[in-house]
Amino acid sequence: MSLPTETPSQTAATKSFGGMQARSEAALNNARVAIRNLDFFYGDNRALKGINLILPDRQVTGMIGPSGCGKSTLLRVLNRMYSLYPGQRATGEVMMDGENIIASSTDLNSLRAKVGMVFQKPTPFPMTIYENIAFGVRLHEKLSKAELGERIEWALTRAAIWNEVKDRMDRSALGLSGGQQQRLCIARTIAVRPEVILFDEPTSALDPISTLKIEELIDELKRDFTIAIVTHNMQQAARCADQVAFFYLGELIEVAPAAQLFTAPKHPKTQEYITGRFG
Amino acid sequence: MSLAFSSVSHPGPRRDAATAARLGASRKRTDRIIRSLCLAATVIGLVLLASILITLFYRGFEAMSLRVFTHITAPPGSEGGLLNAIVGSLVQSLIGTAIGTPIGMLVGTYLAEYAEDSWLGNAVRFVSDILLSAPSILIGLFVYQILVLPFGGFSGWAGIAALAIIVIPIVVRTTEDMLQLIPNTLREAVVGLGAPKWKMIVLICWRAALAGIITGILLAVARVAGETAPLLFTSLGNNAWSTDLSKPMSSLPVTIYAFAGSPFEDWISLAWAGALLITLGVLGLNILARTLLRSRI
Repeated sequence: MSLPTETPSQTAATKSFGGMQARSEAALNNARVAIRNLDFFYGDNRALKGINLILPDRQVTGMIGPSGCGKSTLLRVLNRMYSLYPGQRATGEVMMDGENIIASSTDLNSLRAKVGMVFQKPTPFPMTIYENIAFGVRLHEKLSKAELGERIEWALTRAAIWNEVKDRMDRSALGLSGGQQQRLCIARTIAVRPEVILFDEPTSALDPISTLKIEELIDELKRDFTIAIVTHNMQQAARCADQVAFFYLGELIEVAPAAQLFTAPKHPKTQEYITGRFG
Repeated sequence: MSLAFSSVSHPGPRRDAATAARLGASRKRTDRIIRSLCLAATVIGLVLLASILITLFYRGFEAMSLRVFTHITAPPGSEGGLLNAIVGSLVQSLIGTAIGTPIGMLVGTYLAEYAEDSWLGNAVRFVSDILLSAPSILIGLFVYQILVLPFGGFSGWAGIAALAIIVIPIVVRTTEDMLQLIPNTLREAVVGLGAPKWKMIVLICWRAALAGIITGILLAVARVAGETAPLLFTSLGNNAWSTDLSKPMSSLPVTIYAFAGSPFEDWISLAWAGALLITLGVLGLNILARTLLRSRI
């Protein structure tokens, strides 16, 4: 039960990273996002330590680990959300489309158009359902009214909520149920047509039926989008993710295909966590 | 009964029933005293408030007639009304609010969205809070010095300037408070779509805080509609009909001040009518503000 010291776990992380490389050269070539030697700081507090991780194209990467392990922090690096807050900074490399997105020269607005995010709590804007979806699209494209309507219908359909809202597009989005609001937020994110979607515990505020709907949706969305999902629910990670990364105290302890990580974890810390002995 | 407490061993003597009863009685006695004091204070407050309102309503309604709204102020004994004072108050309060509101909203937005904990933000916040509680006669004197003396006399514009200065800190405070109530997750959701910060503020944050901000504006109108001191030094008052803002201008509070202190029966009763009008106006604005705040998104 004693915590691993920094050095062995880092070696383990590097090893499993290497293992993945060997296991699936094709997956690596299909890397949508490649994270190399990423460190993250809240002021002087080092919250992520030397992270190396690949997000394979059009696959779901699940991120698990106890609270405060850095998994949400990593997600917030991928769309530079941390840049909103002074005192937070990242060093290392996060390569996407041949560009290091954590470099200061990155255009944040176009990065966030490419990397969408869905939050823990639904965040509908205080406006109509139509305007909620149109808002994001209008930020990046000039569409005719007909094209915009088409895009909105497409996004709501992909988010499996079109049938529930098509007759009340001009009503406030705040009148929807929690589960509907969360699917609306997913529709709002995909309407911008991002390449990567980040889910930060998207179902932790929802009931089991809404949760199931969102999980089915994620499964369906990975045909077109590269997905990273942070979750506290290991069953959810097992159901949704193609590869799962286990984080502990700011380090990436192990990353492996979901089936392998949950049945035959290589690292003792992973074993302890998935069997519920801590966290 | 006593055994129930001893399942956990603890240091010190055992609970003693007599001491417990004595302590309990003393607690009840203290409770009765505090409760009576609170009740007495409430009764005194309510009686004072009720007698003010009853007198106001009684004298006010007695003096109320159509003439109050159709005639302007006139010499004693010659059937005057309050039309010029009502219009003057409306004009000065509304234009003053219209000028003060955008300035106050932008300052409040700066404080909540940009300045946060910077020294400039804290300095602005501090000055605004002082202005919020500054005696309004000071603001009247200030405008007298910078607008009335150099520009050759009392004017409606000077009154409007004084009222606008009173409006600004009220709107600053409510705007900042309401914007701070918006959860950061909403801001992150907007920025996460790739929206620049100004669009986040103007299109989402202002909209989310709208009901609260309007409430603040209504309360500011209610406050300036009853202000007398800052108008005494600025728009002065005018017993003739005038909508020329560069001339002295009448207003309800100043007219009440002048009429209520006069020895003439008909002027005094017009002052009561004016006081009732202001009170009903402020009451209406407060009710509207509360309703809006309750329906806040």
